[in-house]
Order: sequence, then C-alpha cells, then structure tokens
Amino acid sequence: MNTERDIFETATPQAPFELASQGAKNTSLLAVGRPGIFARLLRDWAAIVGFAIVCLLVGLALAAPLLAPHDPAAQHVAERLQSPSLTFPLGTDNLGRCLLSRLLFGARLSLGLAGVASLLVLLVGVFVGAVSGYAGGFLDAVIMRVVDLVLAFPLLLLALAITGFVGIGIGSVLIGVVSVWWASYARIVRGLVLSLRERPFIEAARAGGVTPTKIITRHVIPNVIPPVIVLATLEMGGLLLAISGLNFLGLGVQPPTAEWGAMLNDGRPFLRSAPQLMIYPGLAISLAVMAFNLLGDGLRDALDPRLH
Amino acid sequence: MISIVSRLSGRFLIRRLIQSLILILILILVNFLLIHLAPGDPVHLLAGQSGDEKYYEFIRAKFGLNQSLASQLWIYLTSVLRGDLGYSLGYQQPVLGVIIARIPATLLLTISAVLVSSVAGVVLGVEAARRENSWTDRSINAFALVGYSVPSFSVGHLLLIVFALRLGLFPTQNLSSATQEMTGLAYGLDVLSHLVLPVTTLAIVYVAQIMRLTRTSMLNVLGENFVIAARAKGLSEGRVLYGHALCNALLPIVTVVGHDFGMLLSGAVLVETVFAWPGLGRLMLDALAMRDYPVLMGLFLMISVSVIVVNLIVDLTYSALDPRIHYGRISK
Repeated sequence: MNTERDIFETATPQAPFELASQGAKNTSLLAVGRPGIFARLLRDWAAIVGFAIVCLLVGLALAAPLLAPHDPAAQHVAERLQSPSLTFPLGTDNLGRCLLSRLLFGARLSLGLAGVASLLVLLVGVFVGAVSGYAGGFLDAVIMRVVDLVLAFPLLLLALAITGFVGIGIGSVLIGVVSVWWASYARIVRGLVLSLRERPFIEAARAGGVTPTKIITRHVIPNVIPPVIVLATLEMGGLLLAISGLNFLGLGVQPPTAEWGAMLNDGRPFLRSAPQLMIYPGLAISLAVMAFNLLGDGLRDALDPRLH
Repeated sequence: MISIVSRLSGRFLIRRLIQSLILILILILVNFLLIHLAPGDPVHLLAGQSGDEKYYEFIRAKFGLNQSLASQLWIYLTSVLRGDLGYSLGYQQPVLGVIIARIPATLLLTISAVLVSSVAGVVLGVEAARRENSWTDRSINAFALVGYSVPSFSVGHLLLIVFALRLGLFPTQNLSSATQEMTGLAYGLDVLSHLVLPVTTLAIVYVAQIMRLTRTSMLNVLGENFVIAARAKGLSEGRVLYGHALCNALLPIVTVVGHDFGMLLSGAVLVETVFAWPGLGRLMLDALAMRDYPVLMGLFLMISVSVIVVNLIVDLTYSALDPRIHYGRISK
C-alpha cells in the first residue's frame, strides 16, 4: 500500500527530528552498542552540553525539597508580586508564592511527566511493534493500518481531543499523549524487528523449537530496547513540549500544583504587570527541550556517521 | 495543471483517491463509535447533560438511538454526508455553521505562517549551505536549534510583552479592532497588524525545521555533477543555487511542508489561545470547556479530513515538481 511513500522516504535526506515520523528505514539504529559510538558522542561538544544540562535539571528536580527556599504552595499574602530579593530569589507570584521554589518543584512534575510518558509510549510501542513485525501477515497489516490512521492526525490535536474526552487531570494528559505517540514507535520497532527476524540467531531459536512468545520476549525485545531508548531520547523534547502545552491549556495539572506549563497559564492574567511570571517557566521549558534536542542530535549523528 | 494530470497515471490517481475515501469513512466510523463507547447515555453526549426530556426524545428519534446499531450507523453516515454534524447547544446553532464561521481565521493564520516560514526557511537554508561551516552557517544553525526548542506559547507571550505591551507596535489580541468599524484598505491594514505577532510565533518553529532540511538537502545536491556543469557554464552563483540546485533539493522540503500541515494546525491551537485569535483551535478549547461534544466531534472530523486532503495534494505535487517521478511506473 505504501510503496510510493517508501520510495520517497529512502530518497529523502534525514530531516532533523524526522526519525520517529519516518517509516521503517532506520536500521542504522541497530548500530547502538557497537564500539566507537560512545567515543564519537564524547567528541561532540554540543551533545555533551545537552547531556550536562539534562543532568543538571534532573538533579535540581530531585533535590528540589532541599534547594527550594519555601514551600511551593505556601502563600505569603503580604508579599504578592514581589521583585527578586534575598528571601525570594526570583520574586513571588500573584498569591505571594516563591517563584524559585515553584520552578524547582515544577521541574519534578514537568520532567517526571515527560519521563513517565516516554516510558509508557516505549512500552506500548515496543510491544505492538514487536508483535506486528514478528507475526507478519494479516495481524501486521491490521496493526500498521491502525498506525497509519493515528499518524494521519495532527498529533497534538488528537492528544488534546482524547484528553478532553477523558476529562481534565494529569492522568488524562498522560492517556492522551501515550495513545497518540505510541504509533510512530510501533512503526519503527516493527522495522527493526523485520530486519532482526531474518538474523541467524532468531532462525536458530525457531529451529530449536522455541515458542514465538519466548522468541519475542527473550530474543527480539532485548535487541530492540537499546535503539529504542535512543529514540526515546530523540523524542523527549517533543513530548515535553506537548505535555507542557496541554498543561498550559489547562487540561492537565490543576492549581495550586506547580508545573512549568501550568505556571505559564497561571501567569497569563499578569502579563502586563508581572511578565516574569511567564518568562521564567517559558525559559525553563525551552532550556530543557533544547538540552534534549542537543543530546538527541548528537546521538543521531553518532549513530549515523554518513552524515559527517 | 494539464501537464501534472497527464504525468500521473490514472490508476494511481484512482487508487490514492480510494485510499483517502476509505480513511475518511473509517474516521466517520471512529467518530460514531466514540458516541457509543463513551460512558453513559449517548443522548447526553449529543444533547448535553441538562437538556429537557422532550429534547432528548427528539434527539433519540433523530439519530435513531432506539434502533439497532447498524441502522444508527446508517443514519449517522447519511447525515454526516449531507453536512449535518448535529446541533451545538453551546452556540445555539448547527455545528457545521459554527465550524465554517471559524475556518477563515485559522486559514489566514496557517497559510500566512506556511508562506513566511517556507520563504524564510528556504532562503536561510540555502545561505547556510552556501557557506557551510562559516559563521553565517553556525549562527543560522544556532537560531534553528533555539527555534525548534522554544514552546510556541512561550514565544507568543514574549513577543506580546515586548512588541505589544512595551513598544506598543502591534495589538495584543483578536483578528481586528473591535472599537471601530472599518472597511476596505483600512480594515485590511488593521487585520495585517493583528496578524504579525501570531504568524511570527507560529512560523518560528517551522522556519527552523525547513531551514535545517533545506540545508541538508542543498548540501547533498551541491556536490553533484550538474551543479559543477552549471558553474562551468559561467552561470551566476545565484542562478546556480536558486535556479538549478534548489529545484533539485525541493522535493524533501515540499514533503515536510505538506505533511506538517497537521502539525501547523496543532500549533495554531496554542497560538490562537495566546492571541485570542477567533479560529478553529480556540473553538476546540471552548467546546472542550463547555463539554460541547457535537462541536468537538465535528471539529475532529473536519480537521482530519482536511489533513488527509492536504496530504493527497502533496503526494500529487511530487510529480509536478520532479518529472522523473512517475507514479504509474514506480508503484509495484
């Protein structure tokens, strides 16, 4: 069915961050784990900067209870919309809450949600993709048409619609994002599995009478996991953007919980009088996404030396 | 147009059309199932929670909710095909009318953003490729990295703070000024001034993406023999780059511009929220807030159908751009 599209995908040079949306042509991903890749990654200063910022942000998020000068939800009513001071290093918001503490605790939820979402996406995508690729035939055709159907939609809009149908809350944001994002992973994992299936060690297992379920869980999936983790890194930035976007629209995290996207939403009425309420969380999201993108770019280049 | 059609084989055209039609039918089916799989009485989904019993009876009769599932599907299918997407309680008018009223604003926003980002992205990409590894190249690349990392809702607010609130150069929201009646040129200029910030916000991400793609694509093409031949003929650098190389590098760019139309619509939801732009994205959020399910499902259908149609058009444009591509011969 997709003969034409496949022809274009092979003829199309890899676009930045197009990896996941491309078809099943990413066998270079199977190179993960070969010697030299880590060394190449270490020579890429941009990737190292990205990795360092990611580590720093995760560290700050984990240490938030130790670092935050105040309780992120504590309201100091007498000190509303204060400019930065020693007590409130980044100032306070409209309810007198410490902005720095909210940013630090917000990192936990923002990065945590993106992490959980990418883990769930990975689980669903790997499972569906592995079954589809290994089973082949009718089941494969049906699953791939479902994937085509999901990918025919604008991802964020579909996630938004699903979140809206499920109801407002963190859980429904996760459901919305995962039920849309799995599709591109499934397609890529299927491609990887198709190329793995023909390898001698799988053939040997089959000849030895190992059941298909065991072959998938013991042999196929373990070989697919490392490249898929790389893929997840490439997609982390996009997931973080999507989740904070949904939270900005007020569909997920509800006040008084601190989350970067939700903080942007909370600050909107004070755009004129206190723009810093929107500037800080915006910068935080941008910095995190940029760090993931730098790291992802580096990983992709290291895996595909032809690009150099 | 005639030359495009003649290059496409009739069989491919028909197959691609049938594929798209099947996809649209499946979408209608998904929409139908959504009504019935959602928890609770489907009549509440179609007519809201707080309607009176008489209205519920009317809706039940209209959608045949007391009949078998198959006949309900038939009733739903025929009414959708007639353009009857239901009635919005929130807006007190038919869903189709509510949606159509918002289409021009979103089209104005997205088409302007596509134009701006394609032109800017291609020019920046060509210039970056022309001076590979120079400072120009590096700064353009750095801009691209920032461009695709910043969330549009954050950029939008930043632009609002600087250009609308501090400098007072542009209005903060809406499509046109509500304070005075304007016609003709004055109205056009007013809309234009309202358009600048939202379009810039929406375009930034796509400029970055198109620029990176153009750069890679140009670098691939610039080493080829026909470029050397064009240079050897003594053509000016501009003609070599934009006349010869770019034409051959354009294919992947068109693919991405076209297939990103859906992404652009997603971005439009956020940008429309920031600038209170009266388009489809804003409508979707309002409908979500009001739990106006008929409008939501209508939007879902309209948006996905339009994405399918745009993808179809993009696929058909390939052969117009590159005469070497001949669908009839490639396919199987």
